[in-house]
Amino acid sequence: MSWTAIVVMTAGAYGFKFFGVFVLARISDRSAAAFQSLIALVPAALFAALVAVQTLEAGGGLQIDARAAGVAAGALAVLRRMPFVLVVLVAMTVSAAIRWQTLG
Amino acid sequence: MPAHRREGLVLAVAVGIVGVTFGVLADVAGLSIPQVMVMSALMFTGASQLAAVSVIDGGGTGYTAVGSALLLAARNALYGPVVARLFGSSTAVRVVGSHFVIDETTAMAAMQDEDDTAADAFWWTAIWLWSLWNLGSVGGALVGSAIGDPEAWGLDAAFPAAFVALLAPHVRTRPGRVAAIGGGALAIATVPIAPAGVPLLVASLAVLPGWLVHRRAL
Repeated sequence: MSWTAIVVMTAGAYGFKFFGVFVLARISDRSAAAFQSLIALVPAALFAALVAVQTLEAGGGLQIDARAAGVAAGALAVLRRMPFVLVVLVAMTVSAAIRWQTLG
Repeated sequence: MPAHRREGLVLAVAVGIVGVTFGVLADVAGLSIPQVMVMSALMFTGASQLAAVSVIDGGGTGYTAVGSALLLAARNALYGPVVARLFGSSTAVRVVGSHFVIDETTAMAAMQDEDDTAADAFWWTAIWLWSLWNLGSVGGALVGSAIGDPEAWGLDAAFPAAFVALLAPHVRTRPGRVAAIGGGALAIATVPIAPAGVPLLVASLAVLPGWLVHRRAL
């Protein structure tokens, strides 16, 4: 990859973050309470989308596999109010175990 | 160590191992060590970095790589309004803080009840994550493909499962649940028809139905 591409990506990535903090946040601060309650829902919508994409996306399509089983087990751990580190470990263990089963 | 710092560290360890994956992929795609270091330190947005090196590795052009990376980086702008108040009024803090506005830092901050704890969670997650992401990337680039497949260790399930835990506090209210279900559904519907990054941007529209539910409840 060329250095030019890296510089453009780096500048662009920071540009988006900067735009969010310096422009979007200011617009949000100055707008009505109604708009601010809209912004307060961004984490719910985006983190759910992130979970969905990272769990099911494969090569531009959707796929239910060992990874999805691991995430489902992790979600159960969240429902059982297990500590964060256990949630992550349960998800990894289930997904790895299923993969080893299918490989071996 | 307070719980939120400890959780930030757990998240950072998982992300650091993904960093190793990035380093290996970057090495295979022909990037130099300084290029890997600059990307992880200064671009600092994992999904974009992984997308860019995957495009190059798959024989794509630099333009496509830059395009995919920027589409994936765009969502970080939406996190600005969520975390900006944690930076206070100092311009210097806001300029530096902006660099660290990514999924993980926003999530760790947004799940805290108090602003003080949220700011502490943001900065500690930023410190752990930046350090381990850079360490992992360089390590991965140095050893190259000598490392086995990280998927065999279930690492690809670790990240989304962590985000289920980070999502949990946001779905305690009905508007939050509506926004989350809508966001997940929109993302899944968009994945097969749009390039990576776009599904997350489309999913942000789900704040609207959530907001309507919120309005009706008032």
